[in-house]
Formats: sequence, structure tokens, C-alpha cells
Amino acid sequence: MWEAIRRNRRRSVVLLASLAGTLLLAGGAMGALVGGSAGALAGGLAGVAYATLLAVLALRAGDRLLLAGLGAQPVRARDCPRLRNVVEEMAIAAGLPRVPAVYLLPLPQPNAFAVGPDPERAAIVVTSGLVKRLRRDELQAVVAHEVAHILNQDVRFLTLAAVAVASTTLFSDLFWRSFGLGGRVGRLRRVRPGPAWAWFALAALLALLAPLAARLLYLACSQDREYLADATAARLTRHPESLARALEKIAGVRTPARAVPRALAPLYIVNPLQVSFGNGGFATHPPLEARVRILRKMAGAAYADYERAYREVQPDGALPPGPWRSGPTVPVQAPAAEPQAEWVARVREVEGMLGARADWIVLRPCLCGLRVRIPRNLERESVRCPRCGRVQWLAAARPAAAGATTTAAARAALRYRRRSEGWEAFRCACGKALQLSPACEASRLRCPACHRRIAIEPAAAPAHTA
Amino acid sequence: MGMEWFVLALSAALVVWVVVQYNALVRLRNQVRNAWSQIHVQLKRRHDLIPNLVETVRAYAAHERETLDQVIRARGRAVEARSVGEQAQAEGELSRALGRLMLVVEQYPQLRANENFLALQEELTSTENRIGFARQHYNDSVMSFNTRVQSFPAHLIASAFEFREAEFFELEEVADREVPQVVF
Repeated sequence: MWEAIRRNRRRSVVLLASLAGTLLLAGGAMGALVGGSAGALAGGLAGVAYATLLAVLALRAGDRLLLAGLGAQPVRARDCPRLRNVVEEMAIAAGLPRVPAVYLLPLPQPNAFAVGPDPERAAIVVTSGLVKRLRRDELQAVVAHEVAHILNQDVRFLTLAAVAVASTTLFSDLFWRSFGLGGRVGRLRRVRPGPAWAWFALAALLALLAPLAARLLYLACSQDREYLADATAARLTRHPESLARALEKIAGVRTPARAVPRALAPLYIVNPLQVSFGNGGFATHPPLEARVRILRKMAGAAYADYERAYREVQPDGALPPGPWRSGPTVPVQAPAAEPQAEWVARVREVEGMLGARADWIVLRPCLCGLRVRIPRNLERESVRCPRCGRVQWLAAARPAAAGATTTAAARAALRYRRRSEGWEAFRCACGKALQLSPACEASRLRCPACHRRIAIEPAAAPAHTA
Repeated sequence: MGMEWFVLALSAALVVWVVVQYNALVRLRNQVRNAWSQIHVQLKRRHDLIPNLVETVRAYAAHERETLDQVIRARGRAVEARSVGEQAQAEGELSRALGRLMLVVEQYPQLRANENFLALQEELTSTENRIGFARQHYNDSVMSFNTRVQSFPAHLIASAFEFREAEFFELEEVADREVPQVVF
């Protein structure tokens, strides 16, 4: 682990230094073309200032800009306990200094990524499609993969790499527009052959090569990170199969990725859907099939097991340096069973969470099991369950409506019409489930929990006796 | 002139090496301590969860008194346990009692449809997982700390500054992995 972190730190420093150097040279060269040695100085300073500004901005506010730009919503504990719990569990397993913030991205394509400048200020973003589709252990494996990126401090490096790509590209554009073939070539003609031509050659070379080099570096670095993050995820969850299944599910949904908002264009290469957990075909990630095969081949959950499986699947591939040889054997353990394994329950949970933001309220589940969602400002005392027709009173769902007066109104309005002669159950407005026996002939009763009076009306007379 | 400088440089390098080794050991030891306190946080969380759970189950399954009482008694012992061994045993027992309670709950569909109970069950599952993961992290930390303390050059520093090997935290294996497996 420490090798990986140190390597990331070293790479970050090297990257920043070379970025500053490149921009210094580039700025200097461009400045020299325009205004001689004074111009070179000014240009160089401007280049360095620009690089510093970008890096500071990316590390200070890059994550927030990204999250806001994508429309990710923060997830609170009560919105989706399963998701919050899974993240907290993995943070504990990894020994992170703080539980990462969790964001939900309303997007049907299952995916996840991690952002943040350091482990203390990291955030994990999951799409609603992911939460809906994955079982608890699979979700846990995906979250473990993202936690691994945070733990290995990949995220900071990727942010910096993105800055490098963006800024060198910008420089290149600037250069070609000013001095390129379509630009002010005429000005160059007036420059006497000599040092100026050398400056021009240098700037042109940098303009050509720097963006390319930055992009290549970014691609090369992001590939091997995925293997390490997979290995760490397997070790944290002690169950490689979960991650393999999750990857398969993610790969199975090949809906086209939504275009990244243009507001994020400067950071364009940080395509949020590919940063750390994209599906197979993208160049930033190793082929998904290989990753799944490696995970399936693991005999245990230790790094050494991952390394062995990797050698089997990709005999001529090379893993990045990492903790491959260290650590004891770690047996695979079955994950804990999920309390609610139902796909329907998961969909409701996520939709409810998204709906909560749109100012809907979800009623207590009806006795037939259906959860009814109503707009918060619906001006009615009760609704009927669309599945079983039971009445549901809204008094309890909107406690803060208008205080005592509405409660009095609600009390007066509790009126239950029986639907049959047999056993029947319904909820009082306070939520207490009440049962009526076939023998019950009372025309009113009192809720034992809240003491509301409820009028019981007999079932409508069957047609043939009328 | 040459000799003094050489000795000076050598001793400076030695001091730096000792400082680096010492700091690495301190870092690992702190990691172990943090991990240990995390286990306690999670055990506390479980203890706090149980009264609520028992009350909810009691509302629907009042005549399962014995199972409920067992859970409460096991919780009481776990809260009072002081030594590490005592604690491991009490927690194992609590896990078993909770496992039995969850099996009993299977017979009460109304209870299982209860919103409050479902939320509690999610919390309980998560707490069991957290305890497991906290223990896993603790044992991993202990492993790397002990390896460091035992291996050769660091061993000298460790014994000079009295870094003692840390103890692993093992619940009874069978009970431990059995419990969270609530089968539906």
C-alpha cells in the first residue's frame, strides 16, 4: 500500500514540476516571439502562474466543481441507509481517516467514481442505476474499489493529470491560433532568422508534443491503477467474486454514456464516467473481461493471490509495483446476507430518495405492502391505495402542516368503510395497524395508540339485495 | 581532516535512520490503537441498537420471551466485560443470541413487514459487518506492526524503545461467521 501511495505522491510532484517547467518554457518561448527577452520573462511568469492557479483550483475546489457540474446530490444517512452503511463499512475496513461523503448521480447507467484532493476530503459518487441494480455485496465491492482509489491516493494524481492535459492543450491551442498557419504568420516573416526562429521551433515542438505526452501519461497511469484498486477491493471485502459479478453487471448495461457538461470542458479528460470505473472499451481502463477473469481465478483474497491470478490470465502483462508480495494469506469469506435482496425494494429506495428532493412524500407502506408517494402539498385528507383501495390518511405523513386545527379536522374525518364481511386490516392515521374481525359490529372504535375516534361504516350492500 | 568528517557523516546518517525507523514504528502502533478503538465504537453501536430491536420484536412476538431475555442478558454481559478475552467471549455469545432471535423472527411475517424493524435489521446487518471489518482492519494493522517489530533492523529500535507486539483480536470462529447469515 505504501509503495503505491509513495509512487502516486512522487508522480504527482514530478507531474506538477514538469507541467510548471513546460508552461514556463512555452510561455517564455511565446513571449520571446512577441517581445524579445522582456516578453520571454513575462511569458514564462505567466505560464508558471497559470499552472499554479490551475493546480490550486483543481485541488481546492475541483471535486466540488465537478460534483456541482454533474448534478450529483449528497446522500444523507436517512435517505438510503444501505448505501451509507456500505460506504461506512468499507471506510472502516480500509481504515480511512474519515468516512467519504456520498453523492448520488441520477443516471440509469450503473457507474461510480471517486473525487477529492486527499483521503480526508474524498467523496464517492454512485449513479442511481448502480444502486438499483447491484445487490448489497456487489455494491460493497464497487465501493471498496473506489475506497481503494482514495486509499492509494490515485484520485489526487488523476485530478492533477487532468489539469496537466487541460492546460497543455490550452497552451497548444493558444500557440496555433497566434502563430500557426491560420494565425498571424505574417508577423513571423518580419522576424529576422536567428534566436527568434529557435524560440518558434521550441514553442512549436512543445505545442505539438506536450498535450500528447500529458495524455499518454494519463492513460498509462490510469490503466494499472485499476488492477491495484481491484486487488485492494478484493482484499477489503474478502470476496473477489462480488466485484467480478458487479463488473459484469456494469458491463452488461451498455447504454450510451451521457455527454459530459460543457461547463466542465477544461477538465474534459476527467470524464466522470471513466475516471475510475468505466466499462471495458475505454482506453483509460484495462479490458473488463480480463479484470473479471483475474478476479474469478483468485484462490484467496490476498494481494499475492491477485498477482498469481494476473500472471495466469495475462502472462506477458506487467503489474505496477505494489504490495504484491507482502502480507499473509487471506482466505475468501462469504459476505453477510442482505436483509432486503429485492430488486423492487432497491428501486423504491432509490426512486424515493430522488423523489424526496422533488418534494414528494412517501407514505408509510399500506397494509397490502404498497408504498404510496404523494406530492407534499396535496390538499386532501386521505388517499386510496391504488392497489387494494384501502384508505390512507395523510395526517401522520404531514405532521407540520398547520398544527392543532388540522389534527382536529383529521380526527373528525376518520371514517373507514368496510369492504367485506370478513377479516380486514387498515391503518389509523397515526400509523397503528388495526384489525376488524367478521364479528365486529361496532360503528365506531378508538385507536389504542393515538385515541382517535374512527367511524366504521358497513360494506356497501351487494347488488342483488338492493 | 577526512576521518572526522567521515565519522560525523556516519553518525548523522545513523541518527536519521533511527528517527525514520522510530517514526515508522510509532505510525504503525497508532494505526493499531486507532483500529482497536474503532472496534469498540462498533461494539458500542451494537449494544445501543439492541434495546430498540428487542422492543420492536416484543411488540409482535411477546411470547418469545426466552429468546429475547437471552439477547438482553448477553448484551448485559458484553457491556460489562472488561478483559479482551472476556469481551471476545461475551460478544460471541451476543452474536449467537442475535442469530437465534433473527431465526425466530422468520415466523412473524407482520413483524418482517414492519418498516421500523426493517430499518433496524439493516442497521444490525451493517453493524455486524462493521464489527467484522473493524476486526479485520485491526488484525491487518497488528500483523504489519508485529512483522515490523520482529524483523531485523527495526527489531533493535523496537526493543530499545519498548515497542511490544500487539495482540490479535479473534472472536470464536464458528459463532462469528455464523451469525450475520440471516437466511430468507
